[in-house]
Amino acid sequence: MYAWIWSKLPGKRPQKVALAIALVFGVTAVLFLWVFPWIAPLLPFQQQTVGG
Amino acid sequence: MARVLGVVGETLLTLGIILGLFIVWELWWTDIGANRHQHDVVANLDWGTPAIVTPTDVSGGGTSTDPGEVVYREIPAELEERVEAPPSIVYPANTETFATLYVPRWGYDYVRPISEGISRHAVLDALGIGHYPETALPGGWGNFAIAGHRTTFGKPFDRIEELQVEDALVVRTEGTWYVYHVTEMEIVRPWFSAAIAPVPGDESAEPNGRYITLTTCHPRFSASRRYVVYGVLDYWAPAEAGYPAEVIPPGAATVGGGVGTGEGTVS
Repeated sequence: MYAWIWSKLPGKRPQKVALAIALVFGVTAVLFLWVFPWIAPLLPFQQQTVGG
Repeated sequence: MARVLGVVGETLLTLGIILGLFIVWELWWTDIGANRHQHDVVANLDWGTPAIVTPTDVSGGGTSTDPGEVVYREIPAELEERVEAPPSIVYPANTETFATLYVPRWGYDYVRPISEGISRHAVLDALGIGHYPETALPGGWGNFAIAGHRTTFGKPFDRIEELQVEDALVVRTEGTWYVYHVTEMEIVRPWFSAAIAPVPGDESAEPNGRYITLTTCHPRFSASRRYVVYGVLDYWAPAEAGYPAEVIPPGAATVGGGVGTGEGTVS
């Protein structure tokens, strides 16, 4: 998968590195801003209320 | 075969990285966002941080001290109301921030918003302390029950275990201060809903007083138990009268209030 992504990135090596970093940054941002906040309340830690 | 192993390996690696990122997000990122947000919420309430009187405001011949010094106007003892019922407020809309909490044991700079509801997304993760719907409002007959995170998301109840019996829990609404004190601490199972009953601990009892209940997780990072702090109302006072003595840092300059200091003198 990673090799395939690498081969699809356009340009020469420096450009590929820059794009790869941007890609990692973007995926992390999506996880931090949307995926994790959505999934956190569904996980069995951090419950602070009593009753149903 | 090698190809299949490669795909499995990459998948496991990816899952490991995502799990690691989740821990970073939960333990570090949530505090940054939530702390800033909760601070802003208090700052944006036009009554959230009550005005502090400065020496120049002190009329009646107060001795001028350092002009930059903060002087608190202390609520006069005769305005501390222990008998009359406090004024009621309009029941807040869901997610509305209608009060703030001061806990001197957690520092004299501890001020956090209290908002309606206990939904994780809308209130506890975003606004901090949440008020159990249908429980009493601040100062109300019954039990004013609130919940908050003990870890992550700004952790408003981080230091809950430091609270001791007799510690002040001070709630402020736009018009009123409500001064409670801690009566009891308890570790309960998550389904112990009697903790937020009108009479804490007894779901069948008729309301018989003005209580407060704080709930949070226990132990830290766990859902197995809840740490619960119970308190009872001491007195209430109109907000425009000044600050309750409980929230004024020891040694701070005060004006008015308390027994022994005359009106208009800076002590």
